[in-house]
Amino acid sequence: MAESPFKADIERAQKELTEKMTPGAIAYIPGSSVINKTGSWRVFKPEFNKDKCVRCFLCYTYCPEPAIYLDEENYPVFDYDYCKGCGICANECPTKAITMVREVK
Amino acid sequence: MPMKKVMKGNEAAAWAAKLAKPKVIAAFPITPSTLVPEKISEFVANGELDAEFIKVESEHSAISACVGASAAGVRTFTATASQGLALMHEILFIAAGMRLPIVMAIGNRALSAPINIWNDWQDTISERDTGWIQFYAENNQEALDLILIAFKVAEDERVLLPAMTGFDAFILTHTVEPVEIPDQELVDEFLGEYKPKHAYLDPKRPITQGTLGFPAHYMEARYKVWEAMENAREVIKEAFEEFEKKFGRKYQMVEEYKTDDAEIIMITMGSLAGTLKEFVDKKREEGVKIGAAKITVYRPFPIEEIRALAKKAKVLAILEKDVSFGSGGAVFADVARSLINEKEKPIILDFIIGLGGRDVTFEQLEEALGIAEKAIKEGVEEDVYWIGLRKEIL
Repeated sequence: MAESPFKADIERAQKELTEKMTPGAIAYIPGSSVINKTGSWRVFKPEFNKDKCVRCFLCYTYCPEPAIYLDEENYPVFDYDYCKGCGICANECPTKAITMVREVK
Repeated sequence: MPMKKVMKGNEAAAWAAKLAKPKVIAAFPITPSTLVPEKISEFVANGELDAEFIKVESEHSAISACVGASAAGVRTFTATASQGLALMHEILFIAAGMRLPIVMAIGNRALSAPINIWNDWQDTISERDTGWIQFYAENNQEALDLILIAFKVAEDERVLLPAMTGFDAFILTHTVEPVEIPDQELVDEFLGEYKPKHAYLDPKRPITQGTLGFPAHYMEARYKVWEAMENAREVIKEAFEEFEKKFGRKYQMVEEYKTDDAEIIMITMGSLAGTLKEFVDKKREEGVKIGAAKITVYRPFPIEEIRALAKKAKVLAILEKDVSFGSGGAVFADVARSLINEKEKPIILDFIIGLGGRDVTFEQLEEALGIAEKAIKEGVEEDVYWIGLRKEIL
């Protein structure tokens, strides 16, 4: 799988931001939104079928997070650390290459 | 030299605030604590106190302004009571969670309905789980002293939690007593200047306060509040010791009175402790082995002190001016919880008394004592006893 284009930012934030709980949960350095993974409350998870994909980019365009980026061949890659499972990508996909499935932990 | 003045409890609280030199006071008037901000605004207007007095349109705004001021990095004070405190409810959690050492004076008053402006502790007891440290004063002198101590404890780096000091409505707020006002220099030495280390505004050091706490972080943040409250036990004891050294007045988490050979110990808080001590004196003359204990610090709850107390007596009788409907008294629950795993424990009795400003008389205390004496011989009959209830009109 291709690497997240934000990899460098995430690594920087992880290096600079302490993971230790501060008094009053104060964020002392900007950028904590990068390392705080927001995909934890997802109920449905997008499942991707590469065979059906026509590389129209609609999922990539509509993702409100954005938790979808494109690999070298312009296929979508789903970043499950940040995907909240809203299902907009599945809804927009003209070829039904994306289906939402219940996620059980 | 310390100055002795005859003053109301409300004035004593205002004087405490003046001595602590807060930079921001935001308050809304409510009976019976109205005089506190009134007096402070006078101090500010006269130039006796260099502070910003914010007039707000409700208590919700008062505490919100205090949160803002404290988060900006200054010492902050407010006062309220009853419905006003209830209106502050949601912000009280925020103040504690953000670890802002705001200090608040409370004229302990009953909650509606029916509308009642007189004393009981339902208002502060209802806020016991907000993460605020709670002190209860027996007289006007204690109201002043415990507010100063509240600042000292709240601002300690090991604690950093807001604190409230309750003093009984009208019994203290509107009753004049001689109060010793400590020297400003000594108070300055005792409290020191407030230098915030974690929360303050500085353009060169941008921070985010009151952040969103995801499930991955929230529980740890709340645990830190728990930990701070546990640390507060030691810090409060240290503050009491230092206060005694500087000002000569002794405070304890639980103050015991004639408990050494007591069979029955009556436990209470606030001004009722004064009445109770008189009652103990009277009964001691009659040869009854009775003692009294006053809980000065209700949050953090003095668990160890209560355990030590329980080893002395056959009966612990809790006299409290609050009720948790469908359960019993809140203080009783805390005392019982402290002793639950002790091998030997005394009988613990729960007495609801003096709600909504009803005078607690010796007759009522006799009634409670009678029940306690009977419980030693014949066991406990009821989970909760309502003392001084006018059964004829029920």
